[in-house]
Amino acid sequence: MSDVYVLGVDMIKFGRFPDRTVPDLGAEAALLALDDAGLNIGNMEAFYCGNLGQANAMVGQRILQEIGQTGIPVVNCSNACATGATAFREAWTSIKAGLYDVVLAVGVEQMGTGLLGGAGGGSGIPKEGLLGSGTMPAVFAEAGMEHARQYGTTFEQFAKISVKNHHHSTMNPKARYQIETPLDEVMNAEMISYPNTKLMCSVNVDGAAAAVLVSEKKAKELGMQRAVRIKASVMTSDPYQERDLVMPDVNSCTRKAASEAYEMAGLDSTDVDLVELHDCFATAEMLHYENLGLCAEGEAGRLIDEGEVELGGRVPVNVSGGLLSKGHPLGATGIANIYEVCTHLRGEAGERQVENARIGLTHVIGLGSACGIHILEKV
Amino acid sequence: MSLPVVEYLKLPEGEEPYLEGHKCSECGSIFLGERKVCSNCFARDSMKSIKLKNTGKLYSYSIVFRSFPGIEVPYISAIVDLDGGGTVKGNLIDCEPDPDKINFDMPVEVIFDDALGRKDKDGNSYISYFFKPIR
Repeated sequence: MSDVYVLGVDMIKFGRFPDRTVPDLGAEAALLALDDAGLNIGNMEAFYCGNLGQANAMVGQRILQEIGQTGIPVVNCSNACATGATAFREAWTSIKAGLYDVVLAVGVEQMGTGLLGGAGGGSGIPKEGLLGSGTMPAVFAEAGMEHARQYGTTFEQFAKISVKNHHHSTMNPKARYQIETPLDEVMNAEMISYPNTKLMCSVNVDGAAAAVLVSEKKAKELGMQRAVRIKASVMTSDPYQERDLVMPDVNSCTRKAASEAYEMAGLDSTDVDLVELHDCFATAEMLHYENLGLCAEGEAGRLIDEGEVELGGRVPVNVSGGLLSKGHPLGATGIANIYEVCTHLRGEAGERQVENARIGLTHVIGLGSACGIHILEKV
Repeated sequence: MSLPVVEYLKLPEGEEPYLEGHKCSECGSIFLGERKVCSNCFARDSMKSIKLKNTGKLYSYSIVFRSFPGIEVPYISAIVDLDGGGTVKGNLIDCEPDPDKINFDMPVEVIFDDALGRKDKDGNSYISYFFKPIR
């Protein structure tokens, strides 16, 4: 089977665009990625489009109506916060299967405001605040407190993750915010769900990202100079865990995906030069240091304390600013993080460049749960 | 007459309320709510209804200071492992919403009471369950 390459990839600067539409944002990202690949929509043989908010509204086709209706197959997909990674992986799968040589993947989202989460559902009366909380900040706080229970992880350690990611975003012009956010500011911000303050919650933004994936044959034909090799593409759902029904599990699906991805790539975690992982909340990032094997069990707090996951550290995590400061447009996130890693592997990340980056890993979690991991390699 | 807030809260006439679990007789996994197939071992038609115990230990929690509009805060969203099996989520009451006052594994009891005065559109009131520290 052919290796698959990212030939073009880009994202729009994340922000708030109330006067624009979902297809419009997706179309802009698609054109950027096509330009990056030196191709046009007429070269694409298939199109995988990820979006959550308008999952039943043919977003992919509406993007083509803006940039070129060529009649190619379009698949619209929705997989919670793993939506973008799912679209990307479907594109990868189609090339792996030998169906196509050049495929487009787009992830796009326009977000509302306020807390995400379920209100308990079902008939009768609202369950929120009666049977605990179904808000995302609380659900991920409970997952973080499980780590605190096991290893004594502190509020301050969780908060440091947000300080780090906000610092990284000051060097990323495509992030929503470029604002230094010191520890006392993070810890003294409005408490949303202990231990997550407002500045430890991802930013609701609008955004879009896109990638052009090609077969090895096509990459050789078009020029390998800026191509990035996809060493592994893995998706998992959540394997059975005894507390599943009340405590959505982001750990076991990530661990399963990580071990499968390292095996597929023929690498292990020590080979990874940078990681973009799913920091939807500061508490979540802490869990994934161990889930992705970046450190031993129980060492996540030390990793953030000793700066190993900062730019310049042993394995920089979320140098883009992460979901905490770059922003989290749900359907776009899983391609935006691939853009970030590719930019480093190409040596084009400017001030935030991870030196000598050769291998990068991207990770997203859609609660419910879906985990997507990609390992990318400089050619 | 009050209705149960969730299907797995049972209000048998003339008896104490209880939480109901469904236990797989093949692998022992306990679920909330009825099901036909065990999602752990895939056994079919192996589920037996059981009464869950009214005591347990605090496994994890969050103190919620901002919720959806109209929901009174703060409150403690608690995940409790019940003695004898089964994990349930609910509000931890009669406990200060302060991390220094909340200990992992603290023993709690399940109590049943009116659902904070919430009524459905037909005016029905509901019985809910809550966790209360055992001191």
